Amino acid sequence: MTKAGKKKTRLIIRTIVLLLLVSAVVYTIASKDKVKVLAVGDKAPDFELVDLEGNKHRLSDYKGEGVFLNFWGTWCPPCKKEMPYIERQHNAFAEKGVHVLSVNIAEPHLKVETFRDQYGLTFPIVIDKSKSVMEVFNVGILPATYLINKDGKIEQIITREMSEDEIISFMESIQPE
Amino acid sequence: MSKIKCQCGHDNPFGTVLCERCGRPQTEEAKESKLVDMRYEGSARRSQTYKRSIIDKIWNFFSSVKIGISIIVAVLTTAAIGTIFPQKLYVPVSGEAELAAYYERLYGIPGTIYYKLGFHDMYNSWWFITLIGMLGTSIIIASVDRVIPLYKSLKKQRTKRHPSFMKRQRIYGEGPSENPDDALIEAEGQLKELRYKVKTEDGALLAEKNRFSRWGPYVNHAGLIIFLFGILLRGIPGFYVDETMWIREGETRSIPGAEGYYLESKAFIIENYTKEEADEVFGDALERVGMIAKNYQTDVTLYKKEEGSLPGSNQTNFVKDYSIIVNKPLKFDGYNVFQMDFRLDELKSMTFKLTEKATDASFGEFTVDLTNPEREYELDNGARVILSDYYPDYDGIENGEPTSKSPIPNNPAFIFKMVTPAKPDGEMSFVAIKQTLETEVNDYKVNFVSAETRDISGLTVRKDKTLYLLLVGGIIFMIGVSQGSYWNHRRIWIQKGPDGGLLVAGHTNKNWFSLKKELDKVKDAANLPSYEDRQDKESNLDDKEVDKI
Amino acid sequence: MGLAALSANLLLVSFIAYLVATLFFGGAVKGAKSEASYKNNRWGKIAITITIIGFITHVGYFVTRWMASGHAPVSNMFEFTTAFGMMLVGAFILLFYLYRTPSLGLFALPIAIIIIGYASMFPREITPLIPALKSYWLTVHVITAALGESILAISAVAGLIYLLKNIDLTKKSKQRFWLEAVIFTLILVVGFVLSSSAFKLTGYEAHFTYTDKNEQLAKIEYNYPPLFGMHEYESLTPDVMTPWAEMPPIVNAKTLTTFVWSIASGILLYLILRLIFRRPIAALLQPFAKKANSQLMDEIGYRAVMIGFPVFTLGALIFAMIWAHEAWSRFWGWDPKEVWALITWLFYAAFLHLRLSRGWEGEKSAWLAVIGFIIIMFNLIAVNLIIAGLHSYA
Repeated sequence: MTKAGKKKTRLIIRTIVLLLLVSAVVYTIASKDKVKVLAVGDKAPDFELVDLEGNKHRLSDYKGEGVFLNFWGTWCPPCKKEMPYIERQHNAFAEKGVHVLSVNIAEPHLKVETFRDQYGLTFPIVIDKSKSVMEVFNVGILPATYLINKDGKIEQIITREMSEDEIISFMESIQPE
Repeated sequence: MSKIKCQCGHDNPFGTVLCERCGRPQTEEAKESKLVDMRYEGSARRSQTYKRSIIDKIWNFFSSVKIGISIIVAVLTTAAIGTIFPQKLYVPVSGEAELAAYYERLYGIPGTIYYKLGFHDMYNSWWFITLIGMLGTSIIIASVDRVIPLYKSLKKQRTKRHPSFMKRQRIYGEGPSENPDDALIEAEGQLKELRYKVKTEDGALLAEKNRFSRWGPYVNHAGLIIFLFGILLRGIPGFYVDETMWIREGETRSIPGAEGYYLESKAFIIENYTKEEADEVFGDALERVGMIAKNYQTDVTLYKKEEGSLPGSNQTNFVKDYSIIVNKPLKFDGYNVFQMDFRLDELKSMTFKLTEKATDASFGEFTVDLTNPEREYELDNGARVILSDYYPDYDGIENGEPTSKSPIPNNPAFIFKMVTPAKPDGEMSFVAIKQTLETEVNDYKVNFVSAETRDISGLTVRKDKTLYLLLVGGIIFMIGVSQGSYWNHRRIWIQKGPDGGLLVAGHTNKNWFSLKKELDKVKDAANLPSYEDRQDKESNLDDKEVDKI
Repeated sequence: MGLAALSANLLLVSFIAYLVATLFFGGAVKGAKSEASYKNNRWGKIAITITIIGFITHVGYFVTRWMASGHAPVSNMFEFTTAFGMMLVGAFILLFYLYRTPSLGLFALPIAIIIIGYASMFPREITPLIPALKSYWLTVHVITAALGESILAISAVAGLIYLLKNIDLTKKSKQRFWLEAVIFTLILVVGFVLSSSAFKLTGYEAHFTYTDKNEQLAKIEYNYPPLFGMHEYESLTPDVMTPWAEMPPIVNAKTLTTFVWSIASGILLYLILRLIFRRPIAALLQPFAKKANSQLMDEIGYRAVMIGFPVFTLGALIFAMIWAHEAWSRFWGWDPKEVWALITWLFYAAFLHLRLSRGWEGEKSAWLAVIGFIIIMFNLIAVNLIIAGLHSYA
């Protein structure tokens, strides 16, 4: 090999090694505190939960239609606030192919039932007793709402209280044409 | 970059201090010094060779041991600063505002400064990680730069060295010999007995042993790199799981981070050493300290969801029963579940009785399961109690409605409807701990009788696929560091001098004391000229003083 | 006699044996005229024999205590520190037979004596194991770590001898100041042991209640007259002195009181010694170091690091990580004790690199060895007692 050629090879090798090491450090800094989370665009994992009447509900039952998946608790004030809006829009959108599926996190049957009756909710409410669906969806704080489109992909994740207008636009966003 | 041609005819790379082949000094400095620097055999470190582009400059920066040591000292110092006050991890509050308040409250102004500078989370800070990265870079580059030339020059070394090389060794002796050829043969025999590998060439002898110990540092650095690489991998999702879960006695929960696995807690057990069992041996200690914990244990059953079933469905298969105790985690499928914490005595159920206020006559007792309460409780004499609503963690009344601040039964409150033959429409009563509210004056009331509690286990779930890699790194490090520390590379050169005498020189990378002991044996056996250790001025003086006497 | 009592007596015997052996080593060094007589004189032989007897009884203490309690006696400060002293003597015996240097014994034994004396200031009763310690890794990790540290400590002893011999104590210099400072620190420890024993003999006790940093009411017992009071303290013992000042909740006023008493008694002891001898204490010790061969001390110092470093790595880092993974679910958690073990390791790594690549031999190397020992002692004493962490079992 010529002298110049050798020099070039050396430069290339050294550059690559240094770049690799720098990216390793950058990667470590960037990846700290991060765990595997469900992200927008991922396929929503299927699950099977039982509602207050003992009927099974699967996410895959709604294939081809939009699902407004809402995790909540009776003790959580923002959850309570948005419930009436969700109920109203559920009625408005059910015909248009957007369904509300509401998942209570491991509360007593009695408590959920009382709540439903008090708020006059008509959409299906399932209880995640072992918190396994909550784990699968990485639900940290309540309320958490996952908008799932007709292809079963997550369109958006909302981890705060929603206004009625927002709920309308969210439901529109997953409405199958 | 030109090569350096030695007088012996060998072409040495630029930067060489001692000729790779014959050992003649090549630099002015080396020629003038009395003792030669034998580090890396006086070979040219690669980094010293080229200093052109910016990349070469960065490379050379990391190749320097001086820089390496500076990085070590920097890591050491930052690590030490991180122990002045507790790290964020060990502080019982979370959230930025709370943390700031915590450090200020406990440690005053220094605490605030510590927090502001980010020292409370030192080991996750970008600068600390960068320092570790620089350390790794330095280890890789400095090792590569040295190991290759060292390997080459040890491979190329010639048996016969130039006298100028011999004279500059720390152990050196010269003197006349009656029969140099015999002496060389005797020496060879003795050296072989001492397990040296001996090569001879043209009236010169090179005895060498434990050359492999020279590779020790590079092996241990490789181990360190593997270890650091393993730590890097933990950032990749799926390689590393670290979750905590709280599970109540009787509860079945999905294991966070371990999809498809469920854990049922059967019981939490806490034991202390008792005076009776801990006999006379531990009596004094128990007397002084009071209670000493003996065991924390959670008895669990592990379930796995049915193959193909979905999360949430209760089709699960029994896997195993296990008692998780400290130091004995539950292990399955690469996961470890550890006993880490506990909370005692959370309310589990409450028992009440329904009585008539006027007569105190009872209709019997009923028990409300606080995690899964029933709607109706049938009592004696046609009475029943309907649980209209339930607030597990009652927090006062807001907008005319009782609220619960969490789903945990810390402070349960109930709305009971008491239906009795005398009041078939029922009377409403709000019952909380130490409190009963009635909308109108009732004839009947629900009295608290007793409560049952249960314990909660705090468990940590871990999966770490990098552990084996880390272990391999650790083992390789140990091999390397042992090979470099417990063996040493020794060489002895003996050759005929220009005027019929003998020249003797010795070198070792460490433990000169043992080299000298071995050389003494060879000297006695082969009648070699005596040598001196040019760094040990005191022994030589001692010897001379003894000679005078 | 029960095993526990036997164990305590054996420890006492070994303590006395080390004291006597030190005197004989002193005789060996003083009496030596030449290199040859220095290495093989009769005093030296008697001294090493007594040392070995002391070591055997010390091991006897260790074994009988192990039998009595059913676990390796390394589970609290007293046990660990005593074991550390034992291994220090063991490491010295090993190196003595490699190099035959009475001077090493003359300095290693007093340091072992101080360490054992310091250990016995902690509660000595046998405690049962708490759940976190119930593992065979307790035996494996702690013993290996202590062994590594004790071998590293020998390098500091050799370093100290090197410095005493080679630093010119007749002229004022930075080196002279720092050497005297090191010796002063050793005297402080002796001061602590003496004052603590004195108050123990008189049976001094003062009880207080106070508010801890979690705002809980707690009780505390002082064994020294309370110079500083805990946060919102109330005295329970009548007729004890009123503390000079009340401390905020994060400061352990008891530790501070003990610390101030030790410093005060240490300074007093130092001043008395200075008054009697009218010379720096280092100068007083120098003649005992003069006989040692500098090159050999440098070599012993380096060799001890070479032997001790891999042992320390294995015990204090690798075994520690394996156990931490079993017990605390993570192999590394940045607990202060862990961090200081890492700091110790990094320090010795720097030591080796400086020596191998930058040629730091002789005096520089000796200073580093002494600093290394200070770091080890800091990890043993300060981290356990001042910086609270998972390791503060004592």
